[in-house]
Amino acid sequence: MPLRLLKYALSKEYKETRFFRENVTPKKSYDAVIIGGGGHGLAAAYYLAKDHGITNVAVLEKGYLGGGNTGRNTTIVRSNYLTPEGVNFYDASVKIYEGLSEELDINLFYSTRGHFTLAHTESAMRTMRWRAEVNKHVGVDSYVVGPDEISKACPQLDISCSGHAPILGALYHGPGSVARHDAVAWGYARGADRLGVDIFQSTEVTGIDIKGGKVQGVQTSRGYISTPRVLSAVAGFTPRICKMAGIDTPIVIHPLQACVTEPMKPWLDSILVSGSLHVYVSQSSRGELVMGSSLDPYEVHSTRSSLDFVEGLTSHMLDMFPFLSNVKIVRQWGGMADMTPDFSPIMGKTPVEGFYLDAGWGTWGFKATPISGKTMAATIANDMAPDLIKPFRLSRFEEYELTGEKGAASVGH
Amino acid sequence: MKLLTCPINGVRPLSEFVFGGELRDMPPAECSDKEWADYVYNRNGAPGLKKEWWYHSPSGTWFVAERDTLTDNVARTYLYEQEGAQ
Ligand SMILES: Cc1cc2nc3c(=O)[nH]c(=O)nc-3n(C[C@H](O)[C@H](O)[C@H](O)COP(=O)(O)OP(=O)(O)OC[C@H]3O[C@@H](n4cnc5c(N)ncnc54)[C@H](O)[C@@H]3O)c2cc1C
Repeated sequence: MPLRLLKYALSKEYKETRFFRENVTPKKSYDAVIIGGGGHGLAAAYYLAKDHGITNVAVLEKGYLGGGNTGRNTTIVRSNYLTPEGVNFYDASVKIYEGLSEELDINLFYSTRGHFTLAHTESAMRTMRWRAEVNKHVGVDSYVVGPDEISKACPQLDISCSGHAPILGALYHGPGSVARHDAVAWGYARGADRLGVDIFQSTEVTGIDIKGGKVQGVQTSRGYISTPRVLSAVAGFTPRICKMAGIDTPIVIHPLQACVTEPMKPWLDSILVSGSLHVYVSQSSRGELVMGSSLDPYEVHSTRSSLDFVEGLTSHMLDMFPFLSNVKIVRQWGGMADMTPDFSPIMGKTPVEGFYLDAGWGTWGFKATPISGKTMAATIANDMAPDLIKPFRLSRFEEYELTGEKGAASVGH
Repeated sequence: MKLLTCPINGVRPLSEFVFGGELRDMPPAECSDKEWADYVYNRNGAPGLKKEWWYHSPSGTWFVAERDTLTDNVARTYLYEQEGAQ
């Protein structure tokens, strides 16, 4: 390694191969076009090529890969949801994540930490017991613990939360993990690229061409591309794309903000979440505390961040960890969360033939990246959604068959 | 801090207000289940100038704001009864 470094230091050219090919001009037509180069779009492209042999695929990204919510989230992966449909789905994702660094040949820093959802009230304890039962029933490792066990795992936590909101117990979920989010996007991008998928950055989809209820192609900032199949995987931009396709959805966009502290020596092993205090926190491999809170309380289509957010979040962090009062916040940012009424995603076919939707990921979609890629690839290849994602179909709203996951949301909404 | 104008009480900090969602017309009572589901669930989630319900919590005032959800600029606020008066 040092020799190689020396060689590059002395040479004018940097010959190391790029992560993926620089595609310049899109072809005139593709078997499938994926809108959005976030984790979901790239994973779908990868599995379309790998599982289904469909490689004449273009991924179009208006900014840069992973520059949307994929690179903005707090990287928590877990499957301790509330509905059996949700638990099964997210568990399938956790299982893929566990072997993903090896499969994609990139270090995702996938780190299993154990995840505590803290309960400060009797009613929150009831929800934890309910979730534990559903989880156990589906075969997911989750159980309710008392304050002593929480203190043992995290001695720095003030169990009384400065007397404001004493912790009565928690739902403990052993498989709860964190992963390096950018690497997930890059790993899937490289994997798809190597299988022949064309990836275009700085390429925006500006229109969807539909004739006789069928997709014909897309208008882009680099010209028209004809294709019979289009997947929209654009998170906070979904309502704009759906408008182009003439499809109504229940999605509304609210900003979700996060921030990190300056790096510290490792002291926080577990992932801690408190819905009542609007805090979730883990320590990154770099030593920063990665923290998030709740959605901004009204609709905004922008990624601005606000002082209100850091003030609220840090005051609750100090309830939990008074000793952090001298630690500095070094960065804050926001992403656009595409919220659905039942806190579940919208996946699968739409009323427009050949137009598929992977959306409604709100505040919870990073953990779903591998399984959503896999199931959306299968949906596109077979024009039929696999059973695992049928509960998340767009038509569930007009059929009044919602998949209510609000009780398992990690942030207060 | 952001500010919003309550039509009754004037300019106040945003923390005094609660967002009530987009102002939408209810379908007629005899509509189909599908139309009703569309009204209950579907939203115009794309950015743009929208009419929204807002609530000034200290005074209990519901009013309408016309706000661009992309720029977050409020064009005007008024009481529902006053619509069209301006
Ligand atoms: C602050 C924050 C914290 C979060 N924490 C967690 C967490 O801890 N765990 C978890 O599971 N989830 C979390 N989430 C949610 C998660 O980040 C998202 O659900 C997930 O990243 C969505 O991935 P995606 O690939 O669908 O979208 P994105 O990564 O947003 O990718 C969509 C891409 O589409 C592109 N695009 C949009 N319009 C067009 C167009 N017209 N043409 C071409 N390209 C277009 C965008 O530029 C963008 O890059 C969090 C979200 C936020 C904002």
